[in-house]
Amino acid sequence: MGQISVENKSIVIPGEELASGMEFLPSFGTYRDRDKIVASRLGLVSIDGKIIKIIPLAGKYNPKRGDVIIGKVEDVSYSGWRINTNCAYPAMLSVKDATSEFVGRGTDLTQFFDVDDYLVAKIVNVTSQKLIDLTMRGPGLRKLSGGRVIEVNTNKVPRIIGKQGSMVHMIKQATDCKIVVGQNGLLWILGELKSELIAIEAIRKIEQESHLSGLTERIKEFLEKATGKKIEEFKGEQNDLSQEN
Amino acid sequence: MTYPKRIDGRKLNETREIEAKAGIIKRADGSAMFRIGKTVAYAAVYGPRNLYPRFLQNPREGIIRVNYAMMPFSSKGERVRPGPSRRSKEISMVTEKALLPVLNLEEFPNAVVDVFIELPQTDAGTRCAGICAASIALADAGIPMKDLVAAVSVGRVDDKILVDLNYDEEAFEGKVADIPIAIIQRTGELSLLQMDGEIEKEQLIEALKLGQETITKIFEVQKKALKEKYHAENGGEE
Repeated sequence: MGQISVENKSIVIPGEELASGMEFLPSFGTYRDRDKIVASRLGLVSIDGKIIKIIPLAGKYNPKRGDVIIGKVEDVSYSGWRINTNCAYPAMLSVKDATSEFVGRGTDLTQFFDVDDYLVAKIVNVTSQKLIDLTMRGPGLRKLSGGRVIEVNTNKVPRIIGKQGSMVHMIKQATDCKIVVGQNGLLWILGELKSELIAIEAIRKIEQESHLSGLTERIKEFLEKATGKKIEEFKGEQNDLSQEN
Repeated sequence: MTYPKRIDGRKLNETREIEAKAGIIKRADGSAMFRIGKTVAYAAVYGPRNLYPRFLQNPREGIIRVNYAMMPFSSKGERVRPGPSRRSKEISMVTEKALLPVLNLEEFPNAVVDVFIELPQTDAGTRCAGICAASIALADAGIPMKDLVAAVSVGRVDDKILVDLNYDEEAFEGKVADIPIAIIQRTGELSLLQMDGEIEKEQLIEALKLGQETITKIFEVQKKALKEKYHAENGGEE
């Protein structure tokens, strides 16, 4: 009979044995060594029935199809743009995915996006060699102007967004800032100078305290104190929240 | 000439005091400090990131690039010339090869993981300290890896087989062998084995056995360092 040798949600390190027995299945961040299941990443163990996986706490962004990211234009070519994605691999955005306008041969593409512009884009495809294709067609996908871009740990992005976008909605509501959260760990914030700073502070707080319980309450308290505004109960927002203002 | 007792009074199978810490270089993707006695190693990991020049890229898997360096003031008062030397290039290479067996870099084709090892203070055993620090730093950076690697030096001074030689022991007049070894935790496989000096076959076997026993202690320190980082961030909860 197999048994699990670690507690659910505890921190494990590479090489740590998580369970023994053939009935368990190794999932993300783990591997099987004979009858043992061993961690291959630093992170929190998540035991779901027979499936054992690791929720990573560190590491660079791993591009996935369907992710909405914030990228920076690195280069402009004949047929598109090369975008820095804040991971090991640059992405390509072709003209046909970038705009619905007619773009004639020989058009100067910098009139759409120039080097150093920031974009919100969606990953349409990632190949085995990590060639990334982006699209700008979709709600909320656009060029970003003004505001500021900050970098956070990519593994904390789900906490910053919160359940159904509750966390980021709360920050937006309290600070009146426009915020876009990219899955690749880049965040764009636009608002009044003071409220931008409050929003950043709140985000840094979330990043640091993300494994503590009662996070939402503490952030709410912090925001109410910093802005002097009462925050209403979150009722759930429609659509993908990482995009709308 | 005989070597009746160790210069610093340690037992034959006793290492110097060991201390490790993860995540001390905030700007890096992963980092660690590893101290054994007066030898201190810092390791910083950057990446996986884009690799140039392009001819270095490997489309099958990512590569690891290690840079080992002793700081100019780290030695015994003699200035260590900075920059790559015959010795530092060799150590960079063996460190790379010591760490490679545990890393899973298939997820990162054409990319590189850069590891920088710096030693602000040295008293022998630098490559071992460097490997220990790099192993913690790689785990801290969230690089997929099968296991941890730890290293320690073993050897003989005159007729004694001992572990973790310091500089005075390495410089002992008489027969000395200094054997740095690196071991992969779960399998117990050796990923680094070098030797400087001379040793008998039986002594070598005995020394390696001693090294294997000692190294479990180092693994404990490495594990503690990684876990402590998150416990501290948790404010002592969990």
